[in-house]
Amino acid sequence: MKLELRGITKRFPGVVANDNVNLALNTGEVLSLIGENGAGKSTLMSVLYGMYKPDEGQIVIDGTDLVFASPADAIGAGIGMVHQHFMLVPVFTVAENVVLGVEPTGALGKLNIDEARRMVREISDKYNLDLDPDAVIEDLPVGVQQRVEIVKVLLRDAKVVVFDEPTAVLTPSEIIEFFEIVKTLVSAGRGVVFITHKLKEALNIADRIAVLRRGKVVGEVDPKTATESQIAEMMVGRPVQLTVDKNSAKTGDVVLKVTDLTVLDADGRTHVENVSFEVCAGEIVGIAGVQGNGQTELVEALTGLRKATRGVIDLDGKDLTHSNPRERHQMGMAHIPEDRQRQGLVGGLSVAENLVLTRYHDDQFSHGVYVDWEAANAVAETLITEYDIRTPNKETGVGTLSGGNQQKVIVARELSRDLRLTIAAQPTRGVDVGSIEYIHSRIVKERDAGTAVLIVSTELEEVMALSDRLLVMYRGKVVAELDPKKVTPMEVGLYMAGSRPDSAVSA
Amino acid sequence: MSTTEVVAPLLSLEQKRRSRNVGLSLIFLALVSAFFLSARPGDAGFKLVESFTLVLPAQPFAQALAVVLGALGAVQLYRGFGKWTNVVLAFATAMFVVGFLAWATSGGSFNLTGMLQDTVTRSVPITLGAIAGILCERSGIINIAIEGQLLGGAFAGAVLGSLYGPWVGVLGAMAIGVGLSALLAVFSIRFKVDQVIVGFAINFFSLGLTSFLSQRVLTPYPEYNIVKPFTPYAVPLLSDIPVIGVALFTQTYFVYISVIAVVLTTWFMYRTRWGLRTRAIGEYPQAAGTLGVDVLKLRYRNVWIAGAIAGLGGAWWPIGTVGRFDQNITNGRGFIALAAVIFGRWHPVGALTAALVFGLAEAIQLKMSNLDTGIPSEFLLMAPYIVTLVVVAGFVGRSRAPKAAGQAYDASK
Amino acid sequence: MKNLFNKFGERLNRVSSMKLTLLAVLSALIVGAFIIIVSDVDNLRDGDVLGAVSTVGSAYWALVVGSFGSLRAISNTINSSTPLILCGVSVAIAFKAGLFNIGATGQMLAGGMTSLWVGFAMDGPGYVQVPLAILAGAIGGAVFGAIPGILKARTGAHEVITTIMLNNMAAFFILWLLKTDLFQREDRTDPISKLVSAEGRLPRLFGFMDGRADLIAHVGFIVALGAVLAYWWFLKKTTTGFEFRAYGLNADAATYAGMHVKRLTVLSMMFAGGFAGLAGAAEVLGTYGYASTNFAGNIGFDAIAIALLGQSSPLGTFFAAILFGALQAGGRQMQTNSDVPIDLIIVLRALIVMFIAAPLLVKTIWRTKNATIAAGQTFRGWGS
Repeated sequence: MKLELRGITKRFPGVVANDNVNLALNTGEVLSLIGENGAGKSTLMSVLYGMYKPDEGQIVIDGTDLVFASPADAIGAGIGMVHQHFMLVPVFTVAENVVLGVEPTGALGKLNIDEARRMVREISDKYNLDLDPDAVIEDLPVGVQQRVEIVKVLLRDAKVVVFDEPTAVLTPSEIIEFFEIVKTLVSAGRGVVFITHKLKEALNIADRIAVLRRGKVVGEVDPKTATESQIAEMMVGRPVQLTVDKNSAKTGDVVLKVTDLTVLDADGRTHVENVSFEVCAGEIVGIAGVQGNGQTELVEALTGLRKATRGVIDLDGKDLTHSNPRERHQMGMAHIPEDRQRQGLVGGLSVAENLVLTRYHDDQFSHGVYVDWEAANAVAETLITEYDIRTPNKETGVGTLSGGNQQKVIVARELSRDLRLTIAAQPTRGVDVGSIEYIHSRIVKERDAGTAVLIVSTELEEVMALSDRLLVMYRGKVVAELDPKKVTPMEVGLYMAGSRPDSAVSA
Repeated sequence: MSTTEVVAPLLSLEQKRRSRNVGLSLIFLALVSAFFLSARPGDAGFKLVESFTLVLPAQPFAQALAVVLGALGAVQLYRGFGKWTNVVLAFATAMFVVGFLAWATSGGSFNLTGMLQDTVTRSVPITLGAIAGILCERSGIINIAIEGQLLGGAFAGAVLGSLYGPWVGVLGAMAIGVGLSALLAVFSIRFKVDQVIVGFAINFFSLGLTSFLSQRVLTPYPEYNIVKPFTPYAVPLLSDIPVIGVALFTQTYFVYISVIAVVLTTWFMYRTRWGLRTRAIGEYPQAAGTLGVDVLKLRYRNVWIAGAIAGLGGAWWPIGTVGRFDQNITNGRGFIALAAVIFGRWHPVGALTAALVFGLAEAIQLKMSNLDTGIPSEFLLMAPYIVTLVVVAGFVGRSRAPKAAGQAYDASK
Repeated sequence: MKNLFNKFGERLNRVSSMKLTLLAVLSALIVGAFIIIVSDVDNLRDGDVLGAVSTVGSAYWALVVGSFGSLRAISNTINSSTPLILCGVSVAIAFKAGLFNIGATGQMLAGGMTSLWVGFAMDGPGYVQVPLAILAGAIGGAVFGAIPGILKARTGAHEVITTIMLNNMAAFFILWLLKTDLFQREDRTDPISKLVSAEGRLPRLFGFMDGRADLIAHVGFIVALGAVLAYWWFLKKTTTGFEFRAYGLNADAATYAGMHVKRLTVLSMMFAGGFAGLAGAAEVLGTYGYASTNFAGNIGFDAIAIALLGQSSPLGTFFAAILFGALQAGGRQMQTNSDVPIDLIIVLRALIVMFIAAPLLVKTIWRTKNATIAAGQTFRGWGS
């Protein structure tokens, strides 16, 4: 089978997401589609999967023009997709999720769940995926959930499998396993589209690499001959610095001290278990770990968004275990949240209003019951210039800005005051390269000014490059404390997966 | 590395608070029994069958009840019943209701079987309305419009029932229910209007239109508003069982139909392809959509079915009971049905249970107004609403609603 | 230059949103006309379709005459609008904080009863009693309104359910209250309250015109205007107003930003209850001078439609309430003049809400372009 995208153009109000894109894929090969956030990769794949209708262009399979009105059509044409956000019903079992849409049934549409189990087991065994058909999705780690997604695609006998940023949720060793699965798929005569923004991985697995920038294919390179910096330059349109520029840390007194912290959710599930660590002034401590191993809950407990079930949190020697978020904020804690749309910003409010979202009650901005909007607007103007926030004006709705500029609004708001501790969760998720560089430099600058910094990121490269000290979380526990200069990503990855390399000394 | 000895499993603060609330509720009921229910001496007679009356000495019973409830409450506060909490709570509540009835009837007697029969009868529109709610919400559509669908069904049932007989009335009611739910479907699915807002608008539309037509047409032409209602049908053999035979098996078709509806909905929801897909689109429609399930079509279809069932529930008023339509005859039962959906945790059997509780509250209130209890009837009339409030606030605060309920589905997201 | 362009864009948007509102009203009237025609059994039986159509003409004409056709009609419109404005603001302020206040009816009953008590228990002087009674109404409504707020903040019980239940409970409670010795009128056996003392009545707006007892509009309208102004000031200028807006648009972000969202939940329902309580006070002290069981009528529910129609903005809510008040006043005239039951007004209001809430539909029907209304999503799921 040969799949071709010819002249695909997709416009949204104000943006051309895909601009005359041409791509071709044969079965039996891996095409990597690479580009930075917002380059139009996901849009292109949504077009291919029948979720968007292209404004122009055709999808051609083996020479015939096809129109996909819905994913059903795409599935019928032999295309399968593993989405970046897993399309799994959390309360269903593995078997139920896998057969959804192609259910084996008896009379009156009665579900034949035994048959569904058998189907899952068969594929799972064939590709060595090790799945329990009766496990409920929400109890499974993300790595396993991804294998469920793969089974879904295989059950529908997809000839072309599209993986959208599949490695974002995996540990280095899981990534290697994942690549093995990809190789098996290819050798079984299927084609694979591998969407990523990680250069190393693309070079590692792809037969061809297509680079997307601002909706256009800017070139195709051969992974055997291309270099990382060459591709990075194609992606961004200018030379890119691939490492974080920083001096060694001048560590001061302990600022944050966490002792035996345990966090349970309302249903009694443990998310953080007996976690203890310290962060000193002038150092960056990173927390690595696969998504869903308690980092979110840890950050929420540290910032007061979630109650600690047990344990003590000290800031500068003061116990703030029971303080609310505002009190912690006023004690000099800044929080860059992991989900800027959901937590960090109010999309319906203006840039200026968002720039004072956590500070409108300070004396600087409020007199009695009034908000001093003049003062707030003045500060907003300054911050927009200082942090290079690209916005038409300060009254613009923050929801209309690009991801990078939205993140800069948060960074500007949180870092533009005297701080003792900065907690940044996924500070560069979904952000363009220019903004990533800028945000990283800001964080390092903050450290050099003597602030204690805690970085939580599932991007292992990022957290290793930024941190002076590295903690690894696995199933709610801190399983290792490492020096990022002395370990390899592979070793950290083993800790992230819950195993202990013999050579390293555990904390 | 030191490990602390863990004796009891660690509980989150929410769990602790919930557990404490249950304990305090039990203690509260115990106190009411001790100081209020045991204040009236005399025997309470509950007539079960023509020849047999169960006699309960009200005062000793209330005292015993106080002791039992107090003990249960103490145990709950001290260590908690864990997974048995709900069972204990249900038992305690049931015993408390018996104690309350004994208190109210002390020195007299009343027909318990009749009250049970009344309970079942009155639960019909609530059950059917709740099933309509469940079908919609399980598919991701909030149905606030149950009230309007019931009312529309009642009107159509009355008019068509008067003209062509009760069965045509029932079918007409279902058709009107479908019509009104089609409005809900089109507005919320096609035009992506906020579902609560459309629901409300439909309630008003239905209230306004039925009132308008009732004044403009039914008042001058009363022949359009006189139905011959169904009479109770005694199921052979089963209706001869004492107490239960009367309460469950000597009822109008509506009762039997609603029980069948509960059974069928449960079976289809949890055992079939349709059910799997329905639950999927209410929980995470994107997951179903990306697998080629036509989310919108399934939502349309389920909302229509729900409308038919709600319309059927509406027909209960003219065809199951009074034989005519009056303005706003449903009087908020649709909202009680909505509460039953939540109370019953989006499960048909749970909803049936909730509907029976509400039916019981109504039946008790009717009986109480015949007994001289000193409680103003207005307070008894409030009972169903208080029950709902307590239940929603106290015990289902953290129940798990279908995740996607209330959100419009956009295939491209 | 760019700034100017943006401002122009905004203006354009506002114009088209106005246009959309008018089209929605027009659509509702057309459907209403259809309903009048098909329900005209007398004329249709005789095959007189034209007769049925002419009923529509006389009915709608009566709507206009009855609402704005004379000083008396205008006074009636003002009188009908007064509680609608206050309850509209009640629902709107809760919407702003992301809460759906279906409980305006109950809050209005609560506020009406507390103000009534001050109204008959005191006997002047008016300049003390009237403000005191109005204040009592606001407090009564606020206290009752706080209940669903507290329930939501403490247990997560959804306000849609709790406010509906509280409405019903309030109705029965007042039925009982009106039969107690404290409230029941001395010589009556039915549930009807004592009369507000003459000094305690709200002065009539047109009191300066001698011999026009038919001009019933009262000072409550001024209170309503004040409420709209206060609402505007609150949203634009105060820190709590800012918190309401942030919380309403994104509850998670508000929590993150350190706002005390539980406090905001209670506060917003309290404010909502306070405004609805004022509506109760205005009706009891102004329009009726006593309380019967259903003095709140459907006003609390109409208020939902009004807040939606006005997109919860102060000015929008005000004009929507005037429109609904005019429909109410005109509806009475319509019922007298043309035999078309006033219940048609309920249908019209429901239709207006549907058409307003579905801009896409109106656009399709009327083929307008580029009109946008942010109806927004009011419902955030049943979750805790």
